[in-house]
Amino acid sequence: MASLQVSGVTVSFGGNRALDGVALTAEAGRVTGLIGPNGAGKSTLFDVASGLRRPSSGQVRLDGRDVTRARPSARARHGLARTFQRLELFGRLSVRDNLLVAAELGPERRRADRIVTEILHRLELTDLADTSPDALPTGVGRLVEVGRALAIRPKVLLLDEPAAGQDVEETERFAELLRALTDDGTAVVLVEHDMSLVMAVCDEVYVLDLGKIIAVGPPEVIRSDETVLAAYLGDA
Amino acid sequence: MSALLELRGIRAAHERITVLHGVDLDVAAGQVVALLGPNGAGKTTTLRVAAGVHPAESGQLVLGGRDMTGADPRDLARAGVCLIPEGRGVFPNLSVRDNLLMMTFTGRSREEIEEIAFARFPVLARRAGQAAGTLSGGEQQMLALARGLTTDPAVLLLDELSMGLAPLVVGRLYEQVGEIARQGVAVLVVEQFAAAVLDICDHAAVLVRGRVERQGHPDGGLRAELSALYLGSST
Amino acid sequence: MDQFLTFGIVGLSTAAIYAVIGSGLVLTYTTTGVFNFAHGAAGMLSAFMYWQLTVGWGWPVPVALVVVLLVLAPGFGLLVERFVLRPVQALGEAERLVMTVALLSGLIATARWIWDPNVARPLPMFFAARKPIHLGPAVITWHQAITMAVAVAVAIGLRILLYRTRAGAEMRAAVDDRALVGLTGADPVRAGRVSWILGTQLAAIGGILIAPTVTLDAAQLSLLIVSAYTAAVFGRLRSLPLTFLGAVVVGCMESYLTGYLPQNEYLPGLRLAAPAFLLFLALLVFPHRRLRGRERRLARVPVPTARGTLVFAAVVIAFGAVLASLLGEADLITYGAIFSLGVVALSYVPLAGYAGQVSLCQLSMAGIGAVVWGHLGAHGQLWALGAAILVSAAAGALVALPALRLSGVYLALGTAAFAVILDRWIFGIPAFHVFGLRIALFDQGSVDVSGPRLFGLRLDSGRELMVFAAVCLALASIGVAALRRSRFGRRLIALRDSEAAYATLGGNLLVAKVAVFALASGIAGLGGALYGMQQRTVTADQFSLIAGLPIFLVAVVGGLGAVGNGLFAGTAFVAPTNALIAIAPGTANLVALLPGLAGVGLGHNPDGIVSRFRRQWEPLARDRIALPILLCVLALAWALRFTDVINDWTYYGGSLVIAAALRAWASARQAEPAEPEIPVEWWGLRRAWRPEDEEVLARGVAAG
Repeated sequence: MASLQVSGVTVSFGGNRALDGVALTAEAGRVTGLIGPNGAGKSTLFDVASGLRRPSSGQVRLDGRDVTRARPSARARHGLARTFQRLELFGRLSVRDNLLVAAELGPERRRADRIVTEILHRLELTDLADTSPDALPTGVGRLVEVGRALAIRPKVLLLDEPAAGQDVEETERFAELLRALTDDGTAVVLVEHDMSLVMAVCDEVYVLDLGKIIAVGPPEVIRSDETVLAAYLGDA
Repeated sequence: MSALLELRGIRAAHERITVLHGVDLDVAAGQVVALLGPNGAGKTTTLRVAAGVHPAESGQLVLGGRDMTGADPRDLARAGVCLIPEGRGVFPNLSVRDNLLMMTFTGRSREEIEEIAFARFPVLARRAGQAAGTLSGGEQQMLALARGLTTDPAVLLLDELSMGLAPLVVGRLYEQVGEIARQGVAVLVVEQFAAAVLDICDHAAVLVRGRVERQGHPDGGLRAELSALYLGSST
Repeated sequence: MDQFLTFGIVGLSTAAIYAVIGSGLVLTYTTTGVFNFAHGAAGMLSAFMYWQLTVGWGWPVPVALVVVLLVLAPGFGLLVERFVLRPVQALGEAERLVMTVALLSGLIATARWIWDPNVARPLPMFFAARKPIHLGPAVITWHQAITMAVAVAVAIGLRILLYRTRAGAEMRAAVDDRALVGLTGADPVRAGRVSWILGTQLAAIGGILIAPTVTLDAAQLSLLIVSAYTAAVFGRLRSLPLTFLGAVVVGCMESYLTGYLPQNEYLPGLRLAAPAFLLFLALLVFPHRRLRGRERRLARVPVPTARGTLVFAAVVIAFGAVLASLLGEADLITYGAIFSLGVVALSYVPLAGYAGQVSLCQLSMAGIGAVVWGHLGAHGQLWALGAAILVSAAAGALVALPALRLSGVYLALGTAAFAVILDRWIFGIPAFHVFGLRIALFDQGSVDVSGPRLFGLRLDSGRELMVFAAVCLALASIGVAALRRSRFGRRLIALRDSEAAYATLGGNLLVAKVAVFALASGIAGLGGALYGMQQRTVTADQFSLIAGLPIFLVAVVGGLGAVGNGLFAGTAFVAPTNALIAIAPGTANLVALLPGLAGVGLGHNPDGIVSRFRRQWEPLARDRIALPILLCVLALAWALRFTDVINDWTYYGGSLVIAAALRAWASARQAEPAEPEIPVEWWGLRRAWRPEDEEVLARGVAAG
């Protein structure tokens, strides 16, 4: 069962093609990695998947349903949630209220309070529940965004550099969290620069370079793939 | 060889989070120094501190023996520091010619500036009337470089020249950078595509979590370590 | 055909003026990112200056032109750039917007102060004595010809400046990338300065050219600029050629409407409102923008506690009761507005404070509430108050539909256009029938408004109405406080903080925005109805765009996120101005300036005064000794005043002094207890990281 399926997606800014015929499938219960150098188009792909940007061609399917033309809110109701590389927290609400807004928009709004308490506990954010997210370091802010995305009980979760700004220990705990999520049957797409995390948690890795998928495969294959290394190190 | 640009124990923060924990770097005239490292290591911040765009919390910025710590970006620009920021340092809605015109503060005439720029990058002469935003990515970077060159920079700071460009183009751009350095300019390059720079640089420093972890000659050992850093060690 | 040509020429010469003014607006907006609401007011001021020099002091026209265009206008532009806008350059778009609205309001007040609005000031046209030019069947006056020539010259001059000079390249570069301009060694501030000078000069040229063809009136002249705004919006606030095209469309449309619009009592206002209509439409065909991401810096929205809210509500009612018991009938009407306009100001809290929708038509919504109550509630039935709120809310929802596409400056412009459409046209049309239902507005004059009937009692005296309004303000404040704590309130704040995040979590932006507009307009409608009751009769003028601006400004100064803002804005807007007039009647014009000045002072206190107030007075409210003392003293003072033992000034002044003294005492008593101990691992999280912390940590590690 494929939870998120992106096919043939092309996005052009002016003359440049930010994405060029990109296809990606994220399946339930698996972590799908999306890596690539800066400016490769990873965040743009997330924007297309979540409905913030219309592709000039291509399709986005959620659980087999075509949502290419659906609004972001409709996609969220079909179980898609995401985080942002440039944090998009609700800066004037407390951490708890950030999650509460999401939980109340989700499918289990009657249990919103309980869901929020549970997620705060799970992410070890309970002590920070009443602080403003603006006062938090970026690493913790990213965790709050993950928690907020979880609060709508997503079936597909797009994480944009969630571990940036975390130390080694925090990253390990985050990896555990990702495994727990996939055990619950969530499909996770992970954009991340910390390769040790990507290699440790992903079942499959897509490599995006200059708007094109240049390699797909299990982490150990990707690690030794010459074209991937070239894309990263710039060998012609 | 005495350094033209010296960074001494630079500490800097974004909002309240310290991103540079005491960075030391020397760049001598005629030298290309590559600043490498994974995302979020603080490479761009280092360049921005050197250009005076980002304040340092402590540490010293020395330019040709003069302490320029805390100087205004404009004063640094006039003292010969030129930063080409990440993502095409050009004005997209201005024509190539007008982009170059912006550099006349050096006292040079428009004609002189165009001569310098077009001599180095002949393709720009053919595109002179075109809006910079309609140039290809490589041409935009050339324009940014050309604009930098016309100031007779003593120090050239380049941030991610390769962003979104095909490897072949990147290679050519860096050949030009090497030549610029040979004319006596101190060049500090921040780059993700390590290989392209390692070929032309004289010295490389690897920045990890705001500290220079390793520096030295860009030899094979450094390369191996870098790929481990970028793609994760297999151990 | 001749007539058609004549109107066309009139239209084109008006268009020329709009083009000149509009291009100045575009120039400053593109280079500095500030949409100058006061652009027209600058032109208005120049026209007055020009009148003063030529007609007033009899200077020769060329000298006056040189002085106004080359000395006064550039000087004014520089002053504005330096003292009004540079302080807020680093703040958000909303703050910059407020600054120019404050400037607009302040300039109108200044002009009215210097030049008595009741004196007619005709300005002669240029070369009025010369014979008009005949071009075939068309006749062109010299003034018209000069106007058109000036526009062409401006177009050519701007083109040369922008594309042929270094200063022009710098200005265009600043539009593209301000930070990069600094890196090239050029001065981005200089580009801004040049564009302010030029922009003001263009406004001045437009003002001087248009003044002879209309009456020299501060508000009217400032608002004529709506047409120039429309022209600029045609150019998406960026393109000069499209701005010129837009000007031609607007100018000709106005002219042909004058010529060919059928003469009946419903339509003359339409001609006046036509540019605003066109502005509204032009804004609507703007391309869909992408959802906004996070804004850099937003003022806080405190969460009021239930107890605090109830105490505040009690204070509001007590304040109303005290005033009602002490004031005379005339003063009751004047100061009653504290509470009714306070309700109108309160409507900004959910709308602009929580949801970030800057609307300039809240007082117009209040006007709708006032007329609905005036007509339906003539016998004081309470259901009519509900109807007034509902009709206003419906009007608010109507504004919200287009508002979904707009934000920031564009939303402010759109709502301003809506306010202009209402006060120039809709409010002026006579009663009409729709499906047999009689719909009446201001009956082309004034509407009598009576008080409500409550539990069989008719509230009709100023005293009763003031207490009633105070109770309404208290209830509305409680309601807004409850909203802040509710699910809907959280959503409004969330959607302002990040539309992108809100939408990707499943939030529906359209529904939320329509709802908050309706809610805020309902509150404003209630305020309008209360205001009408106190005034006894209302006219459309009382609810115009210009009348609403100062209320908006005072509300912003108070802090849009604070529930206490209703009382603050009402009091600050009504009390000091009227008190000053009472002390020194000559200052009537000076006080009209106050809201504008207060708005300009915003740059220093962006979080608003109300929250600072609360922080300052909190120690007193918590003090178990000082608070009872204060209450007793206030009660005693009231008793003394009520029995005429002391006079007004002793009472109000004395109460303030005693309260301030007790506050100082209370805060001294509760002097900051030692800072609570925060575990080391939370440094930098629960409290800001300090430079010395690292050393402390290092020592700790070394010692441990």
